[in-house]
Amino acid sequence: MIQLVAENLACVRGGRRVFDGMNFQFSGGEAVAITGANGAGKTSLLRLVAGLLPPEAGSVSLKGAGEDISSSVQLIAHLDGLKGALTVRENLVFSCELLGGSNGNVESALHTMNLAALAEIPARMLSAGQKRRLALARLIVTKRPLWLLDEPTSALDAESQNTLFQIIDTHTGTGGLALIATHAALPLKNLREFRIGGVAQ
Amino acid sequence: MTGALRAVLMRDLKLAFRAGGGAGLGVVFFLALIAVVPFAVGPDLPLLARIGPALVWLGALLATLLNLDRIFSADREDGSLDLLLLSPAPLELIATAKGIAHWLATGLPLVIAAPILGVMLGVEPKALLALSLTLLIGTPALTFLGLIGAALAAMLPRGGLLVAVLILPLTIPVLIFGAAATSAAVTGPMSFGVPIRLLAAISLAALVAGPVAAAAAIRQLRD
Repeated sequence: MIQLVAENLACVRGGRRVFDGMNFQFSGGEAVAITGANGAGKTSLLRLVAGLLPPEAGSVSLKGAGEDISSSVQLIAHLDGLKGALTVRENLVFSCELLGGSNGNVESALHTMNLAALAEIPARMLSAGQKRRLALARLIVTKRPLWLLDEPTSALDAESQNTLFQIIDTHTGTGGLALIATHAALPLKNLREFRIGGVAQ
Repeated sequence: MTGALRAVLMRDLKLAFRAGGGAGLGVVFFLALIAVVPFAVGPDLPLLARIGPALVWLGALLATLLNLDRIFSADREDGSLDLLLLSPAPLELIATAKGIAHWLATGLPLVIAAPILGVMLGVEPKALLALSLTLLIGTPALTFLGLIGAALAAMLPRGGLLVAVLILPLTIPVLIFGAAATSAAVTGPMSFGVPIRLLAAISLAALVAGPVAAAAAIRQLRD
């Protein structure tokens, strides 16, 4: 069972102390909704956990997974990380090969995210919601224990949101951990809320 | 790990050669620059043959710099730099793969086009192969030194200007030995072996130092 532990975590962005003295312990099997006002540091927290931002103070560690936290993390950020000149399938195969997933999961990911009919279309031709679905398909092709999802429901229709919730439930049901920065209500199993803020402006 | 590197290499090549990718831009600029020189200098073949090597190397340098700043900044703008940082492959090797893709898309076409341009500049047929050889050995140095500037350009505001300011001084030795080797092959009487060996040494050093420095810049400046 994986455990994500933060001790006295502090984050400074552009000279502003976003949060300070943050402590938490989350375990595999949980979906954690990270809530808070705009600017409270939800995105910064996810990037910090992913190792994409150095903490100002404190530490964050993932126990029960590989030594390198970055290799255990799957991040779906605000930007979808897609190349418009590549087809839907090429984008997904690239993510899979880059992040160490299995190409055998690409077709099932396309079907699950309702993108199979669009597989050979350049990603630049997709709508915002379809691009989001393609980014989320990375969760399926690459099996990593810790998911960091930043506003994952943005631009998604109701059907796609339900698919996403099912995927997250399956992930947590098999011992995975999902941290979800959101303002939306999440109908997920094993959901707990972690509210941050207090020094946000 | 090799799968990740192959994926980065193939993706960058696809992006470069598809519409708007910029792979042809460098070689078109190179051809245009060299094609207009005889009109500016006049039909003086001995003069063109004498300044030809320097012109070819200046053209290669400027053509390489053209889309160098996009190596990492395009990935940063669309969020795929985060994916690269989350890959199990070391960032230094990913930077190497991106450098190789850039050279295959920008440097190699210059090498292939060089003999045609050599003819236009009055270079003797027996020296055309040597002209291409110097570019083949020297242009990787331009790309891999440029990786450092490309990383800084991606991570700093208005970093595009930095590429030229930072990279041009580093490329001066490449320019000196590249032009010297080409001159030796075209006009003599200097030895061809000494400058070409120094050029190869610079390329090998850049191949090692460029990706390491670029990865360090990205790690230090990420936000």
